[in-house]
Amino acid sequence: MNRKEVVSLKNVSLKYYSLEGETPAVNDISLSVKEGEFIGIVGPSGCGKTTILSLIAGLIKPTKGQVLVDGKLVEGPSTDVGYMLQQDHLFEWRTILQNVLLGLEIHGKVNQESRAKAERLLETYGLGEFKNHYPDQLSGGMRQRAALIRTLAVDPKMLLLDEPFSALDYQTRLAISDEVSTIIRKEGKTALLVTHDISEAISMSDKVIVLTKRPATIKSIHEIRLTCEKDNPISRRQAPEFREYFNTIWKELEVHVQ
Amino acid sequence: MFNRNKIKAASKEHAMYIAKIKRKKLFIRLTQISILILFIILWELAARFKIIDAFITSQPTRIVNTLVNLHEEGTLWMHISISIIETIVGFILGTALGTAIAIVLWWSDFIAKVADPYLVVLNSLPKVALGPIIIVWIGAGPFAIITMALLVSLIVTIITVLNGFLDVSPDKIKLLKTFGATKLQILKKVILPASIPTIIAALKINVGMSWVGVIVGEFLVSKAGLGHLIVYGGQVFKLDLVMTSVFILSIAAALMYQFTTWLEKKLIKWHN
Repeated sequence: MNRKEVVSLKNVSLKYYSLEGETPAVNDISLSVKEGEFIGIVGPSGCGKTTILSLIAGLIKPTKGQVLVDGKLVEGPSTDVGYMLQQDHLFEWRTILQNVLLGLEIHGKVNQESRAKAERLLETYGLGEFKNHYPDQLSGGMRQRAALIRTLAVDPKMLLLDEPFSALDYQTRLAISDEVSTIIRKEGKTALLVTHDISEAISMSDKVIVLTKRPATIKSIHEIRLTCEKDNPISRRQAPEFREYFNTIWKELEVHVQ
Repeated sequence: MFNRNKIKAASKEHAMYIAKIKRKKLFIRLTQISILILFIILWELAARFKIIDAFITSQPTRIVNTLVNLHEEGTLWMHISISIIETIVGFILGTALGTAIAIVLWWSDFIAKVADPYLVVLNSLPKVALGPIIIVWIGAGPFAIITMALLVSLIVTIITVLNGFLDVSPDKIKLLKTFGATKLQILKKVILPASIPTIIAALKINVGMSWVGVIVGEFLVSKAGLGHLIVYGGQVFKLDLVMTSVFILSIAAALMYQFTTWLEKKLIKWHN
């Protein structure tokens, strides 16, 4: 199957500058994400994972190389890319529906149709009756779901997930990662998940990319093939191959506690 | 008020719990009122029994008489309303202009950095010292007094509100940027709404600040208003008049503070 390339990074490098000097964050990374793929990126903490997402989102420009989304060179943020941050960052002064409409508002695209779509998304994913609630009144898991719907409402081609569950407790985290993954696959979105949680990456992704320490380069890429009845993260965690993948990636990350 | 916030008790124990909390609240309120009443009674008695000299300390009944006299003369409301209007105009202008300048400083990092030392100096300068200059420039009238009130509250507002703006979580701004928001949209969608609590806090400070400006302004201009009554009363040694004015002043200031609290509740409805 020859699927369309949604994101491609070509020999991308990025350096951060400060008065003290320059810090290379990303070094010569090339990768491509095809339509409908779910890719996980793991790497030691502080290795420049978030930098890669910021590059794709158009928040920063690469020092060297090219970033393409949907075949076009990235010049700045666009509706093609949806970004989900570590915390939900729902605005406490807006109701859930108003929060979900935020992206559309910025693009001046709030109309009956888009509003109806946003409400439908809320309805489908169990937040219909909470649309007029304020974020304070929702649980952590529900808030993260609302944040995902806010990202989906602008209909991006590509979703970037920056450790989106790290602020949640373990139980909620398992449940919500299961939900989010199901929602993303159901909506047929392409996604790139950055995480430091190896299990999370394996259970959610088709492919896991392992990065080296800063400056980040690609160390290895693992196609995840698991034998399990249902293709959702919680069942995938029970697949016999899960542990093997975990051990391999764990070793590659070279986590040394000193 | 109790009817509006009526809480339904879930059980007998809960009802007892609610009753206990309410009793405690009532007790605090009663103590507060008793202290005030006790103070007034002691003041009155001490003056009656010549323990204190009512000529210097005045006394509650004299204050009431002064109020009645001023009212009969028809000047009471004139003085009160002049001071109140000056204060309101001063604190609205101070908050609005201060917020506007804070927006400019937030917008341009360059202007903010250039303005920083000036703001620091202006903030530590007692604005009251500028009183005579203002009167010479603007003329001894209500405008000079309003300018005084404005100056006293302006710099504090700029600094408070700007810090509020800069405290807005960078991730919230990043979120808007990922949606491709312009700087104006960032201002309107996140900076301003997130800073409403800070602006209200500035408003609360400014009620007090503007009163300082107005009273000092009226001391200097001394034509009308509560500040004029205080300074006049002091000069002719009518302490009754001074005490009466201070009494009115505290009521007016308390009411204005109540108004800002009410405004806070209206504007920040997302806080339960």
